[in-house]
Amino acid sequence: MAKQGVVPDELTAPFWEAANRSQLVIQKCGPCDRLQHPPEPSCGVCESDRGLFWEEVSGKGIIYNYGVVHDCPVRLLQDDQPFNVAVVMLDEDPGIQMYSHLPGTAADEVPVGAKVRVVFEKTDNGQLVPEWEVTC
Amino acid sequence: MAAKNAPTSMYRNEEGLGVWEHRGKVAAVGVGHSPTARRWDERPETSVGAWSILALRRAIEDAGVPPEEVDGLVIVPVTTTGAFWPDDKPLPMDAINAFNQTDDPLDGIAKLSDEWLLKNMPELTGVKYTAYGPVCMSNALNVAAQAVGEGLTNTCLVLKAWHNLEGRYYQGGKNAANAIDGTSAMKNLWGAPACYGTALQFAEYCRKYGKTHEMMSPFMSNSRRNGLMFPEGYWSQHRPEVLNSEDYELARWIAKPANLFDNDIPIMVAAAYLFTTAERAKDMRQKPVYILSHASSETKPRSMTPTLDEVEADTVRTSRMIYEGAGIKASDLSFENMYDGFTLFHQFHIEGLGYRGIKPGEALDFYQGDISIEGPNPVSPSGGNIGSGRSRFWMHTDCIQQLQGRAGARQVTGVKPEIAVSGGPMPLGGNYTVWSATPD
Repeated sequence: MAKQGVVPDELTAPFWEAANRSQLVIQKCGPCDRLQHPPEPSCGVCESDRGLFWEEVSGKGIIYNYGVVHDCPVRLLQDDQPFNVAVVMLDEDPGIQMYSHLPGTAADEVPVGAKVRVVFEKTDNGQLVPEWEVTC
Repeated sequence: MAAKNAPTSMYRNEEGLGVWEHRGKVAAVGVGHSPTARRWDERPETSVGAWSILALRRAIEDAGVPPEEVDGLVIVPVTTTGAFWPDDKPLPMDAINAFNQTDDPLDGIAKLSDEWLLKNMPELTGVKYTAYGPVCMSNALNVAAQAVGEGLTNTCLVLKAWHNLEGRYYQGGKNAANAIDGTSAMKNLWGAPACYGTALQFAEYCRKYGKTHEMMSPFMSNSRRNGLMFPEGYWSQHRPEVLNSEDYELARWIAKPANLFDNDIPIMVAAAYLFTTAERAKDMRQKPVYILSHASSETKPRSMTPTLDEVEADTVRTSRMIYEGAGIKASDLSFENMYDGFTLFHQFHIEGLGYRGIKPGEALDFYQGDISIEGPNPVSPSGGNIGSGRSRFWMHTDCIQQLQGRAGARQVTGVKPEIAVSGGPMPLGGNYTVWSATPD
């Protein structure tokens, strides 16, 4: 699917730079020992930015939930309707979610609870972004 | 006098605060609504500013208060339904020049400030307190109630207005771009529409409790029926169409399992209320409706979108705050009137409240019974956003009118209207007001 290009900003640059190396990194607060996603300027618990860093994760997870988009507000995706938007929970921390179009899975045939692994797709401006494929 | 967002200390957002210190000492008296329209026709007299003035003047008139006695104004400065004035579109100078302007030419057109209103309502000579309750009428009500309770204002107008422009909402800006910033991209790349998060929660709810989308039909029909008896509403004024089960179940999907009717219709409209002290209210034109408390949830989800567990935990917690602050129990509620836009989260509000003893997973079964205004268990007598269009304030107007006994054809008849709660928007993060026909 033709995703919009990404222009990394200060907050998210490490995430997108890692994606271009086919690595999945998630923001973490060291003192709280807690992952958070999407990234924020400060920790959602201790509210400090001093202990924040980026940690590579395995790229494995499960499908927690999904919806099927039939009326998408994003112009570049409208030709691909209907399509899945699934929520993946990471193996490292099920509280951390990522969205996915689930490439290879037909619309509305999503196996909730199935295992998935990260892959990286190229967007409209060449930026790689994490996507997820069902593994079993 | 430039208003600022009300301080967070004005919101009651924690458990353990006890009964609200101003319980029964603040009252709503006057109600004023503008007409409704699907979109702005770019005439000055139908602008969001013009309709705000109209709503405010109607609330003043309804309460029977000399305008110079109004000394407070709490408004929501954001008026968009999701539509913004395009950068490349010429400004609507006829509408702009029809009013006294502030430094922002879109003030009164696509946003609203207290300064603009006071410049265009010369009769409001006594206003000494202004504040913004951002986002929704529900926020502004909490701020106004607290402000009157604290004595910051004695006779306070509360206003929320909406503008809607030509075109489909949320289709411009970043959504039309070929590339977007990295922070927005974390969600935007996947193209989920606004109702997606609620659709997810509903999907999980159905899996967990064995429910189906079709079970929403009675709620939808009931809401539209009630909306068609709301003469201030969009469907009543412009499209008096019933919504039956077939209409609902055959509607096109937006983000399955949310379909077209699970989304409210964006409209132009404004509403205003007049709040005052219980003492001052005695001499006004309408029967006072007393505020027993207000409550707010500021809970944020852990990650991309709230899970069902997060939603269910927070609605229960919010309800504990509602009941604690008002000094009431679930069994004291005369009817249920929480927010519904999107429809698929209304059951979370009901279950959180424990309305009529409903427990998690039971609301859709409850919908299959008598939830009409004539029965013993009214659900959404206002009809909400589904019955009257996107305003997020129909349930507030309805609570006031029901308790005043002037809800007209919508008046509940199967119960005595004594105590109600209204608020929203989302189950995770919302503002609520508890209303009573008596101060104690």
